[in-house]
Amino acid sequence: MTTIVEKHKKLERNVTFLGLAAFAAVTVGGIVEIAPLFWIDNTIEKVDGMRPYTPLEQAGRDIYVREGCYTCHSQMIRPFRDEVERYGHYSLAAESMYDHPFQWGSKRTGPDLARVGNRYSDEWHVQHLKDPRAVVPESIMPTYAHLAEHDLDMGDMTATLRTLYQIGVPYSQDDIAKANDDLKTQADPNADAADLQKRYPKAQARDFDGDPKRLTEMDALVAYLQMMGTLVDVNAPAAQEALAKEKGR
Amino acid sequence: MVTALSRSSLWLVSLLIAVVACAAAVDTGFAIHMLIVALACIIGLIVTLRGVDLSKAILAPDQGRYDDDPIRWGVIATVFWGMAGFLAGLFIALQLALPVLNLGFEWTAFGRVRPLHTSAVIFAFGGNALIATSFYVVQRTCRARLAFPGLARFVFWGYQLFIVLAATGYLLGITQGKEYAEPEWYVDLWLTVVWVAYLAVFVGTLVKRKEPHIYVANWFYLSFIITVAMLHIVNNLNWPVSFVGSRSYPIFAGVQGALVQWWYGHNAVGFFLTAGFLAMMYYFVPKQAERPVFSYRLSIIHFWALIFLYIWAGPHHLHYTALPDWAQTLGMVFSVMLWMPSWGGMINGLMTLNGAWDKVRTDPIIRMMVMALAFYGMSTFEGPMMSIKSVNSLSHYTDWTIGHVHSGALGWNGMITFASIYYLVPRLWNQPRLYSLRMVNWHFWLATVGIVFYAASMWVAGITQGLMWREYGADGYLVNSFVETVAALKPMFFLRAFGGLLYLAGAVVMTVNVWRTILGHSRVEAPMRDAPYDPEKDRPVVAAAPAAA
Amino acid sequence: MSAHSTYDMLRHLADSWGLLLMTAIFVGLSAWPFRPGAKSLNREAATSIFKDENDG
Repeated sequence: MTTIVEKHKKLERNVTFLGLAAFAAVTVGGIVEIAPLFWIDNTIEKVDGMRPYTPLEQAGRDIYVREGCYTCHSQMIRPFRDEVERYGHYSLAAESMYDHPFQWGSKRTGPDLARVGNRYSDEWHVQHLKDPRAVVPESIMPTYAHLAEHDLDMGDMTATLRTLYQIGVPYSQDDIAKANDDLKTQADPNADAADLQKRYPKAQARDFDGDPKRLTEMDALVAYLQMMGTLVDVNAPAAQEALAKEKGR
Repeated sequence: MVTALSRSSLWLVSLLIAVVACAAAVDTGFAIHMLIVALACIIGLIVTLRGVDLSKAILAPDQGRYDDDPIRWGVIATVFWGMAGFLAGLFIALQLALPVLNLGFEWTAFGRVRPLHTSAVIFAFGGNALIATSFYVVQRTCRARLAFPGLARFVFWGYQLFIVLAATGYLLGITQGKEYAEPEWYVDLWLTVVWVAYLAVFVGTLVKRKEPHIYVANWFYLSFIITVAMLHIVNNLNWPVSFVGSRSYPIFAGVQGALVQWWYGHNAVGFFLTAGFLAMMYYFVPKQAERPVFSYRLSIIHFWALIFLYIWAGPHHLHYTALPDWAQTLGMVFSVMLWMPSWGGMINGLMTLNGAWDKVRTDPIIRMMVMALAFYGMSTFEGPMMSIKSVNSLSHYTDWTIGHVHSGALGWNGMITFASIYYLVPRLWNQPRLYSLRMVNWHFWLATVGIVFYAASMWVAGITQGLMWREYGADGYLVNSFVETVAALKPMFFLRAFGGLLYLAGAVVMTVNVWRTILGHSRVEAPMRDAPYDPEKDRPVVAAAPAAA
Repeated sequence: MSAHSTYDMLRHLADSWGLLLMTAIFVGLSAWPFRPGAKSLNREAATSIFKDENDG
């Protein structure tokens, strides 16, 4: 008995043991919670309509991240009556499966944006971003007039799409090769967007910022906002079936 | 001489790499950052070549038995970044009340300054406090000088570079878009290098200790360093778009990304803001109270229970989201269980004062420690409560969360850090006492009243907004549009900013006090408590002589 | 093995031997610092920070 106590005394005085034991204690919880999400198949139900972002939408999303919109806006509608009535059908796991990084947010200083797409006109968005209080007098949102003044330059979109492809977003080689052209095509009212829309179903192609001559950051951000939550037809039978399988909502 | 030469060549090579990276940069943000790195290299080169003695810059007394130079620098950095972080916090609080203060510039909008505030207070103020106190405590409790003194200096200055790159990055729009993990891939890599060096210095000092037992404060520090390393690495597994550009994408998306992020986010609270600061509590509270910790056994149980349970609690940030239900429930259950070790720790800290409670009245530093523990107890009760799903359905997405975080951050982390700074400064600069104890008292009251304003206004704001969102009229329709719930909070936003102003004012008082103490000044002031003395009463009772005598 | 039977197996374990094992570990670990031999060790550790008052 005494020998065991003596041995333990030594262990209590051993830095390596202390460090390893502490590390073991803190890894258990993380492994048990995180690891199953990568192999339990009901984490994300496959849902019709989900596709990767077009280059313009992805550029808009990068601007959304850059400006820290997530500090005030969530993108995750919870399954409560008031939220569903206010924002639309509650969010599905699959709807953020291509979101690197996820932007669910943690605070609603402003409203949820998960299904803001096609709820307002482009003009409303542009006006609202340039001067929120001109549209909503009580709003406390900062002004983003500079977006309309800056030409869109979020780097080489081919490199962006290739990076996303490498970490698991299923872009085709065609998508990656045409990324920089797609970026311009989607915001150009005179361009033929048929090929783009074939590869990216439901992609909206038009001039978004009210200035057809220029491709600005405003174009990209509004294009992103206008597609949010529009890809999946949540009331389709297939989606409803997938939802029934999604546990715990 | 040889070391000076090899060091200078190291600086030169780094400078060269930074300049090349700056020239090859694919975006302006990355170029500016490499310019900052180059500047840091030039400063390092000059300091090395001219043989500048950095300790002179902070009026450091002669090196004693312990290596305290990095700690002195750390204390000054803590005060400096604290001021910067509180100021940024006040600024964004006012932006929410008066949106015109966003100023219309892209660099000053709320979305970019908010990460600056959170990182400045958590990682710059809190991080410097943790590094400085851990170096102080580990030397005293081990009765050994810091291992690898050069590396310890690298940890301090490397960490400051990390802070500068992170902070300037946010304003330039360089962000990963993950809360409390906003710095981009190259800044993350740099922090990893600094953190490994930190671990080496800390463990190295423990290894060469003269004291057989490892004091419990060091357990908390060690688990904080190890766990933060693990969290930081896993949550920042990103793939850069270009190796000479600032943008990268996290390899985890959607649900997985969310869980990894909040596993990180919650344990940044659990290990950075709790375990590390509990280490400060377990050393500085007994030292200031001049009596050993209430129960050393309880502290052992506290330690293992806390670190084991905390790591599970992350999913409570994702209640009712698309995260699988079992993970949410697991997160909730462990969060509620976490209440017990948290209160065990609080009780252990408070009961240390058993038999010395009069010090709460006479010693404002002890008073700060007690208030810190009280706020620790309060927020570790509030936290488990808010992690219950039905409560969370109301509180989530509202300012209640913000109020909860601040009662913990301002009350617990802030107060225990201020108390530790007041303990350290006279000892580190070899002064007989602080410049002014009365100013500590002022700081205490300004901070306490500030927190009350802050937390109370955010509770009201959070519950108001939560209830307004779900309010239905008799007609069966939602009563409030979203913007009506925003407008309703305006008075609360002003009250919150006022609370922040008081807290900042307290920090200004501390800055002056610390500065004057370092300069060796002593304020002539009445003591905190006069000895009650009345000469009339202070005489022996003489029995009245009989009248008839 | 299908996912369902894995769940059943784990669930059964968690409700029986697993629960017993976890409770035993919990009680054992909680009681460990209170073992008789540790008393002086703990007192020594708690007061070790006061050994050398000229540390400041």
